[in-house]
Amino acid sequence: MARPLLIGNGAGFSGDRLDVALPVVRTLIARGGPAAMTFETLAERTLALGVLARRGNDDAGYEPMLLPLLRPVLGPCLGHGIPIIGNFGAANPRGAAAAIARLASELGLRTPRIAVLEGDDVRAVLDEPSVLWPEGRPTGEIVAANAYLGAFPIAEALADGAEIVVTGRIADPALALGPLIHHFGWAAGEHDRLASGTLAGHLLECGAQVTGGYFADPGVKDVPGTERLGFPIAEVTEDGVITVTKADDTGGLVDRRTVTEQILYEIHDPAAYLTPDVTLDVTEVRVAELGSDQVRVTGARGRPAPDTLKATVSLSGGFLAEGEISYAGPNAGARARLASDTLRKRLAPAGNSVRSRIDILGLQAVFDSDDAARGARAVEDGEFRVRLAAASPDRAAAEEAAREVLHLYCTGPAGGGGVRVSVTPRIATTSALIPRSLVTPRVSLLP
Amino acid sequence: MSEAFTVPLHAIAHARTGDKGNRLNCAVIAHAAEAYPLLAEQVTEARVAALFAHRRPSQVARYLLPNLWAINLVIDDVLEGGVNGSLGLDGHGKTLSFLVLTLPVTVPGEVLALVRSAIGARAISV
Repeated sequence: MARPLLIGNGAGFSGDRLDVALPVVRTLIARGGPAAMTFETLAERTLALGVLARRGNDDAGYEPMLLPLLRPVLGPCLGHGIPIIGNFGAANPRGAAAAIARLASELGLRTPRIAVLEGDDVRAVLDEPSVLWPEGRPTGEIVAANAYLGAFPIAEALADGAEIVVTGRIADPALALGPLIHHFGWAAGEHDRLASGTLAGHLLECGAQVTGGYFADPGVKDVPGTERLGFPIAEVTEDGVITVTKADDTGGLVDRRTVTEQILYEIHDPAAYLTPDVTLDVTEVRVAELGSDQVRVTGARGRPAPDTLKATVSLSGGFLAEGEISYAGPNAGARARLASDTLRKRLAPAGNSVRSRIDILGLQAVFDSDDAARGARAVEDGEFRVRLAAASPDRAAAEEAAREVLHLYCTGPAGGGGVRVSVTPRIATTSALIPRSLVTPRVSLLP
Repeated sequence: MSEAFTVPLHAIAHARTGDKGNRLNCAVIAHAAEAYPLLAEQVTEARVAALFAHRRPSQVARYLLPNLWAINLVIDDVLEGGVNGSLGLDGHGKTLSFLVLTLPVTVPGEVLALVRSAIGARAISV
């Protein structure tokens, strides 16, 4: 049997901490043996924002924090034969690759072998009659449409000698499954092994969410060192046994609870988690604590992947206006409700062109619905913040709604302060199912 | 048979939500194996639908995962359009695991004691 592969994760979303990857890479080096490093930075909307950024700028459209993320680890990874795989290419994998090559040169490193994976952009095939639209074909300007590619092209790039693999849209678990396929030579028909690799990738893809992030509940679920959470490392054997650990000398924890929460994160039917490479079934998965920050996960099963690839389609989504104002102290609850009623009446004439919602932070907000159907507790004294959100296809109408909060400084209830107002463009998304024959993943080694 | 207590679900289980579009999933996991049967028995589709009634769920599905001491709730159309459409502060529904954890459950005293000892065994003294 080949030796197990260690896979580290250095980012779970665009916006993750920049000082977490180096402790993971140091740990991979200290443990010795074959290893790979992954970065997941591409949310549903991020790619559409990249497309907009790239218009008229060839050096944009990839992950904005790419260079700060890679700067600390590029030298150690190249020096120890640890390939880096990331979807930080976003809407411009070639631009990202060029930036990484410049970074290597700036750091005095040799030029790395960089592969880019393209072919996820499916805008050109959306009119094909075989494309399915589960939520209906959208109207409006399509900004981006990208299919979730699978892990085999990553394995192909690594087989070609790539030290860094830059992708755009890809199934998140494929970032880990790709190096596993390459390392062990797994075949497309080995469904249980592909399922184990997919589960390993799923556990890693959100970074600290498996090592004590998105988890702490003081007194119930304590997490040590939340200011220096260690990011995860999975060891995967040839027959698909996963051991989840984390970077040495860091905060956080890995135990049955953190791993179980992440196994089920964003899973719907646990017998059928669909990916481009395999349909993953976690219903027979077992979790066992081997020791401190060491959890074994076994029992993933696989069936063939679906015939179609899912694509996220992004459209212009109009504008979102938000405004907030605070009330505190005696009778603050009544003043906040008066401000809220005033805003509602002021916005009524806008009719259907503006969709709005009003929250009172501290009384009723995140648990409630857009039409406040859940309602508020009657609390009079305290600190409350009234928040208006208004959406409109028209920027001017959104700005006008936001100004209604600003007006409350001089026209609203007594003691209203701390107004903040913003208007931002929105991206709307929907899904399409694309027959595989219409999608051609392409691996290119640069330069 | 010992006395039974009515407590929030938070007393015996932990939870994590995830989103895909306008669909929310919430994994609810017992703190001890002995508490899992109570999840299966009391955290039903109908009760979860009632808890989310103000957001008008179109469907609630529940999957049982006894090996993981967990149930997975899939609640459709409660994210007000999802992160790209909702006007709310939390379009992902990340806070809603703690709405699920407000659900009252009736727990035999000995199970509650086992759960408290399981939680206590992992506590970190600060």
